[in-house]
Amino acid sequence: MTAKISYADVEVGTELPAQTFPVTRATLVRYAGASGDFNPIHWNEKFAKEVGLPDVIAHGMFTMAEAIRVVTDWVGDPGAVVEYGVRFTRPVVVPNDDRGATVEVSGKVAAKLDDHTVRVDLTATHDGQKVLGMSRAVVRLA
Amino acid sequence: MALDQSFVGRSYPPTEPYEVGREKIREFAEAVGDANPAYTDAEAAKALGHPDVIAPPTFVFAITFKAAQEVVADPRLGLDYNRVVHGDQRFEYRRPVRAGDRLSVTSTIEKIRSMAGNEVLDIRGEVHDQAGEHVVTAWTKLVARAAEEA
Repeated sequence: MTAKISYADVEVGTELPAQTFPVTRATLVRYAGASGDFNPIHWNEKFAKEVGLPDVIAHGMFTMAEAIRVVTDWVGDPGAVVEYGVRFTRPVVVPNDDRGATVEVSGKVAAKLDDHTVRVDLTATHDGQKVLGMSRAVVRLA
Repeated sequence: MALDQSFVGRSYPPTEPYEVGREKIREFAEAVGDANPAYTDAEAAKALGHPDVIAPPTFVFAITFKAAQEVVADPRLGLDYNRVVHGDQRFEYRRPVRAGDRLSVTSTIEKIRSMAGNEVLDIRGEVHDQAGEHVVTAWTKLVARAAEEA
């Protein structure tokens, strides 16, 4: 593992560069194919509404995959991630238009742990509301 | 209907190995829009100390969830899969998944609870490679929402 961030250089409270991730219907179709999750709530508006959703929603695992990029882009080596967990608290609704939706993710160092690892707490929001809870990663720094 | 509590602690036999391919990793990385070269360029991955391209952290979910679905499909458990949503997801990595891995998942039902009419099921999937070495453990919380009043 070769993280480009040094343990000595971060403090509790150090902020990671925030990122904004776009998600459109095309994104979801592509993610369905790549992940093998073909649940129709992620591509079929009629089905989504029948099961009580406002519209098609993004795969929770898609949002989880985007959120960790704030960490992996920061450290450079994705193999430096030793733990990662989230709670899916609110769906990301993706309208059928050109703009789709956006997920905004920020992160900050919440604790310095043993063995050059730190815990990063992530915040992922859509339309100003949190979509992930307890979103935490432990990452090994240089 | 309450789930059968006798399933708590039950483990299922390891799945048939899933072979992780470079192009599948590339497809996944492109699908999440992640251009990190460690996912697509073996030389870049080697420069970071990995023997081959590695997979994004959540890639392995496709493998563990397939194994978990086989568990929850057991009719004796009594889960109405049409009402299931994904509650939590967590991974602990021994090392990143990489191209060439042949991964097998051993699933265990860790916990079954009823909360406000919902059934909550925690499944642990331990992922091992072809050498029998532990690679990653995935914890998946599934919530079967209470049936609506007729």
